[in-house]
Amino acid sequence: MRIKHAFLTLWAVLVTLPLLWALMSSFKTDAEIFDSPWTPPASPQFDNWSRAWEQASIGQYLFNTVIVVGGSLALTMLLGALTAYCLARYEFPGNRFLYYTLIAGMLFPVFLALVPLFFVVDNLGMLGTYHGLILVYAAYALPFTVFFLHGFFRSLPGAVAEAAFIDGASHAGVFFRVMLPMARPGMVSVGIFNFLGLWNQYLLPRVLNPDPDHYVISQGLAALAVSQGARSDWSGLFAGLVIAILPVLLAYVFFQRQIRAGLTSGALK
Amino acid sequence: MRHGKYRFLAGSLIVPLTLYGVFVLSPYLQAFQLAFTNWNGVDSAPVFTGFDNFSKLWDDPLFLAGLRNNGLMLLVVPLAVIVLALALAAGTRGTKVYRVVYFFPQLLSVAIIAVLWQFVYTPNSGLLNGALSALGLDSWRQSWLAEPNLALWCVMAVMIWSSVGFYVVLFSAAMESVPGDIMEAAAIDGAGPVTVFRRITIPLIWESVQVGWIYLGIAALDGFALVQIMTVGPGGPDNSTEVMGLGLYRTAFTFGKFGYASAMGVAIFFLTLSIAVLLLRVTKRERVEMA
Repeated sequence: MRIKHAFLTLWAVLVTLPLLWALMSSFKTDAEIFDSPWTPPASPQFDNWSRAWEQASIGQYLFNTVIVVGGSLALTMLLGALTAYCLARYEFPGNRFLYYTLIAGMLFPVFLALVPLFFVVDNLGMLGTYHGLILVYAAYALPFTVFFLHGFFRSLPGAVAEAAFIDGASHAGVFFRVMLPMARPGMVSVGIFNFLGLWNQYLLPRVLNPDPDHYVISQGLAALAVSQGARSDWSGLFAGLVIAILPVLLAYVFFQRQIRAGLTSGALK
Repeated sequence: MRHGKYRFLAGSLIVPLTLYGVFVLSPYLQAFQLAFTNWNGVDSAPVFTGFDNFSKLWDDPLFLAGLRNNGLMLLVVPLAVIVLALALAAGTRGTKVYRVVYFFPQLLSVAIIAVLWQFVYTPNSGLLNGALSALGLDSWRQSWLAEPNLALWCVMAVMIWSSVGFYVVLFSAAMESVPGDIMEAAAIDGAGPVTVFRRITIPLIWESVQVGWIYLGIAALDGFALVQIMTVGPGGPDNSTEVMGLGLYRTAFTFGKFGYASAMGVAIFFLTLSIAVLLLRVTKRERVEMA
């Protein structure tokens, strides 16, 4: 029993210690960071945070991320739900073919598409633009979203939709007012899954978003850490790191059960 | 009553299918085409070079280094994560607060994890060396990411650190669906906790474990973001942390050899597919049905 708890606690410490250490370091001066990694700051340096936010553009990166992730999430959910619904509830020639072509997108590693994708986006003049990233993010999130929601729409009872049709509702009306609300639990799960996946994207923006003014947070932070210039401002970098972690931590504190359930149910599909 | 069905279908599907066709399907298909050319992105027309790119891959020391390192990750990371996660999942029965904590790294971008751990491994002011000194183990201090023998292990440790929590939650959810009376019956028959775990729990949750093997196997063939951000070069001292994805990225976007990079992409694709199929076959077991 005691060994078991020691083991469980050890892993909890291993998980939290680096995060707490980064939080503490974000309040220290550069000299204090170099002097000893352990000692807490003599007085908390809130200036680190404002420097990271403004000079290191973390605020701008967060803003970019919110636009790109917000836009692509809305687009993915709308298009994914519509596509899954049409494929799950309507018989038409080519239905199966479309479905399998779509979910085949989950089989391929993104690395395979990387080079041609760069030129597709470049030829459309969308490199380094918000709308370019939004469209690409949505396109790559689509296969899983359709796959996940397809099963969901299939399992919904047909009687309610029939009744709505008899009452004179249009196809779009039945989808938006009857079926979509019934699929809410599935939408929430896949929405959480997509949100985290899109928020954490690194490879796609790294290739398709070369404009520093449009960097998303993961990309911007990594660029700061890698560039030698920022090396002289360790405390600011720690503050930037903590700022980048905070939104996700806050979301987790409030929705931790839904988030864990959403992510694991996605894996088992 | 259902007039306008095809108009609705066409209106709903045209945008998502176009998006998918332009940004997903066409790049994947083009990659297979480009892989057989020497296109450098400047010439107007790619020149067909047959299997040249693929035979070059076998003599490319960087690609082979990447292949070797991804191979080592494939051997180490999935096994370590699954063993740790199973043990932690079994241990946290009834104490859910641990799982809440363990899961958190799953939510962080791999880029953020890489920056965090780069700090942890920093020789002079990093957490790891600081912790060793605090424990009186000064002689163990290392410049972790600068040692060719250690750098890849440091990267793998981060991979393990960041994935264990997810599988703890996945496995413990599966364990909770195992009926308690089966366990009790086994215990009454004289089975110890280890036997119960091996003979009853594991077979009953095997589907989740299998999912874990496949996901982790595919992830072990990546490693791009961690290596690119954390290790010097990037690619580490003496290419000790080179991974295939990094080689592809550099070949394409630093050297402009787009045809050759596409061949790397095709190789990565077939490797990933084979590993997934292989893991699926190796981990296949009779499904245990619960009445």
